[in-house]
Amino acid sequence: MNRETIINLLIALGLIAVPLWAIWADEPFIITLATKVAILALAGVGLNIALGLGGLVSFGHAAFFGIGGYAMGILASHAQNYTPMMEWPLLIEGTKSMPVIWLVAVLASALAALLIGVLSLRTSGVYFIMITLAFGQMLYYFAISWPAYGGEDGLSIYVRNGFPGLNTLDPAQFLALCYAVLFVVLFLSSRLAKSAFGLALSGARQNEDRLRTVGIEPFRLRLVAFVISGAVTGLAGALYADLNRFVSPTMFSWHMSGEIMVFVILGGVARLFGPVAGAALFIVMEHLLGGISEYWQVFLGLTLLGVVLFARGGLIGTLAGRKVTHD
Amino acid sequence: MSALLLIEQILNGLQSGVMLFLMAAGLTLVFGVMGLINLAHGSLYMVGAFAAAGAAAATGSFVVALVAALAAAAAAGALIEMLVIRRLYERDHLDQVLATFALILILSEGTRWLFGSFPLYLDVPDWLSGSVTLPGGIQYPLYRLAIIVVGLAVAAGLFGLISRTRLGIRIRAGEADREMIAALGVDISKLYTMVFALGAALAGLAGALVGAIQSVQVGMGEPVLILAFVVIVIGGIGSIKGAFIGALLVGLTETLGGVLLPQLFGLFMDPSAATTVGASLASMAIYILMAVVLIWRPSGLFGVRA
Amino acid sequence: MKMTKLAALAAATMLAGMPAAWAEGVKVGMITTLSGGGAGLGIDARDGFMLAVKLAGRDDLDVVIEDDQRKPEIAVQLADKMIQSEKVDVLTGIIWSNLAMAVVPAAVAQGKFYLSVNAAPSALAGKGCNPNYFSVSYQNDNLHEAAGAYLAKAGFKKPFILAPNYPAGKDSLTGMKRFYTGELAGEVYTKLGQTDYAAEIAQIRASGADSVFFFLPGGMGISFMKQYADSGVNLPVVGPAFSFDQGILGAVGQAALGVKNTSQWSKDIDNAANKAFVDGFQAEYGRLPSLYAAQGFDTANLLISAMNKADVKDADAFRAALKEADFPSVRGKFSFASNNHPIQDIYVREVVMEGDVITNKIVDTAMTDHANAYVDACKM
Repeated sequence: MNRETIINLLIALGLIAVPLWAIWADEPFIITLATKVAILALAGVGLNIALGLGGLVSFGHAAFFGIGGYAMGILASHAQNYTPMMEWPLLIEGTKSMPVIWLVAVLASALAALLIGVLSLRTSGVYFIMITLAFGQMLYYFAISWPAYGGEDGLSIYVRNGFPGLNTLDPAQFLALCYAVLFVVLFLSSRLAKSAFGLALSGARQNEDRLRTVGIEPFRLRLVAFVISGAVTGLAGALYADLNRFVSPTMFSWHMSGEIMVFVILGGVARLFGPVAGAALFIVMEHLLGGISEYWQVFLGLTLLGVVLFARGGLIGTLAGRKVTHD
Repeated sequence: MSALLLIEQILNGLQSGVMLFLMAAGLTLVFGVMGLINLAHGSLYMVGAFAAAGAAAATGSFVVALVAALAAAAAAGALIEMLVIRRLYERDHLDQVLATFALILILSEGTRWLFGSFPLYLDVPDWLSGSVTLPGGIQYPLYRLAIIVVGLAVAAGLFGLISRTRLGIRIRAGEADREMIAALGVDISKLYTMVFALGAALAGLAGALVGAIQSVQVGMGEPVLILAFVVIVIGGIGSIKGAFIGALLVGLTETLGGVLLPQLFGLFMDPSAATTVGASLASMAIYILMAVVLIWRPSGLFGVRA
Repeated sequence: MKMTKLAALAAATMLAGMPAAWAEGVKVGMITTLSGGGAGLGIDARDGFMLAVKLAGRDDLDVVIEDDQRKPEIAVQLADKMIQSEKVDVLTGIIWSNLAMAVVPAAVAQGKFYLSVNAAPSALAGKGCNPNYFSVSYQNDNLHEAAGAYLAKAGFKKPFILAPNYPAGKDSLTGMKRFYTGELAGEVYTKLGQTDYAAEIAQIRASGADSVFFFLPGGMGISFMKQYADSGVNLPVVGPAFSFDQGILGAVGQAALGVKNTSQWSKDIDNAANKAFVDGFQAEYGRLPSLYAAQGFDTANLLISAMNKADVKDADAFRAALKEADFPSVRGKFSFASNNHPIQDIYVREVVMEGDVITNKIVDTAMTDHANAYVDACKM
């Protein structure tokens, strides 16, 4: 076992130990925080597929996060108000069932990622960063000024959606559900990285021309990676909306894109558990610093700066050492 | 809509475009020469506005306020470059994004710590207040006219600086080939500090000029930052000319879109729905413009490298 | 005179500083905006609230304060924390309507009381009203309605109206038009967060309007007023208090002089409670209080009045005590309508220069004993 695997195991153990302790010590808010970590980590895992594996620096992943959130909000609000979403040509009703909502969130954000990806992947480098940012902002302003689903006020869902066999209103059960989703996606993502597709994608990041000479078109690879990445982040958005029982356009804001990116970089780009470590560190800092000073964001900024300047490769990179790259 | 009103709106678009150019010029220079994405550029705009408001409150002179804005933003820029940015040139864009994202947090909340949580006062000086009558009978605020003039003058100066002076030659050389100019004995780290401070000073000037007719408050730089990014991406990153054209395009689209789109929809929708749909579309207009430009020319209008 | 007030304040401070952990009192969770561009409003509301707690010298009132960063998701998470970990009885503090929409329904559904220091969206006043939710400030439409009523009463025939393109902006223009039913010179929705209003001002100039009504909270209003004053369009301006409040007037400067704005509070309302509040606030914080501070102050006093009558653990009795609104409001008359929103007078203030300070003074009353348009829609 190499060092990174050990660190990953420790993080996974910590993720499970902290909420167990919280249940024992009757600290329900710690469970909520742990849930938030798991969901935001999931969003980061999504971004990491594009960013770490594909080298696609997307500054607009809030678009997919928000679409996932609104998939939940729109479906659940129709179910809550007993109004069908569409009556003609076929009747579509809202739903309060998580699996259905997840499916819709994943499909909707994958579709959006396909459209955005087809257009954005024609560019590269800084242009790619900026055009993804532009698409995110476009959706942000659309969500604010679109009156049907609350506009800037957003949508409140009074009761958390249901999952067969679970009581999702119980914080511990909802946490367990989010963990399960996170670990399944982490497992799939590690398989993806080792698959032929993942290796080719990695190759496209490192040397595009070499890939072309063996007859693989990098554009298609990247597009598929971008779609998968968007879909995972969209799923995280649906869960985040369920955690808060609320969606609003701030899920689309460029700050959200920035934060998801921060989770990935803070933990370590292209590291399997990078987003998990990053999200956990960020949430813990936000929680602890927020209690210290009104100007806590100064200290948050200083910490982030320290990590970039002096802890290259993020948390996991620093602890596990340089990744051995096989060329 | 009358022709006069349209001309006035075009002037307004021009004015906001010229101010955007001041922001975008620094951003595009820093990217062109050092290859750095600076998200904290908007914070330097805010520093300029706050310095101007502070100086104006202390001395009552608008000219002193502008000088203070230039000096404070340039100093802040130089300091940030030497302490932080310098370590980021060799890093990938990702690290640069995170580090400058952190700088935004520090500068915004740091400014609030220093100046308090309430917006500051900065006003147009008496000798520039009021409006003038332009040929054709258009009443237009003198200050906005002055901003257009100052902006165009700075743009001309910048073109002159880049194409005619020694510093300009070095900057262009730096854009073309970094190793080479270091080998020729140019002190590259000093050059970088100067370019960064120059960009910061331009942003600070824009902040002070705009601050007099807008609200001087924490976070004022962020919306402008996003617009400036849109500008340089449309114009082609690294190109001053591109930044200029891009800034005017964005300024005009934003201003005219907000006015014309609701009226356009009013032709075939009922008025209240038209205002809503038109206003919604107008707020997305510049991003649509940017997407269209990038799809058509993936490295911007005047981009040299992709 | 001043010294005795200070001494009283100091004594109150000491009392309030005593450990409250043992007291069987009320625990309040305050979620408000303390960082970022909108922090001024939250800070004022918090300071007003805490001043009332101090002046009352209550050691059985424990307040936990958290910063929502003006993000609805953060506000929801803080509400969860307050309810789950801090076990608060009462929540308060939210400034923005979109944050209130995110927090209030869930909080009252869990049996907590929510007292609003500012935000009071229409959705929570009508169909979504709740016996545990009280707005101490107003109903969001109120100040706009009063501005409409004033425009009609003052004989304006053709106002030009504008607001940002978001729900509160639409509520604003709807509210204004509810009491001004005449002709409009134009109706414009601007982009949320817009800072340049040259285009709109040009439209106003070309529209043949005889007055301007606008609702542009925060920095948007500062920008608009500065640009408007410099544009040479000299039409009278009327608006809700938000863009002419004490925290903002300093930044608008002389551009605001002469503007009429509608507010349910002003620092020159003549009653003992208001005098004590204005003097106490200046002594404590060294600045003039704002509307938000006044609303925070009234909210705390309403809470304290209910604590004097009932135990918070007896929810029905506490709710009834809150509904009586038996506290000395800085606004003078104050009572709750059946949907738990205030019935109050709304004044017209004019922005004036007092010495070298720009501030407001009351010049007229726009509406007397005004409730809100949603009373009938609320079934509880």
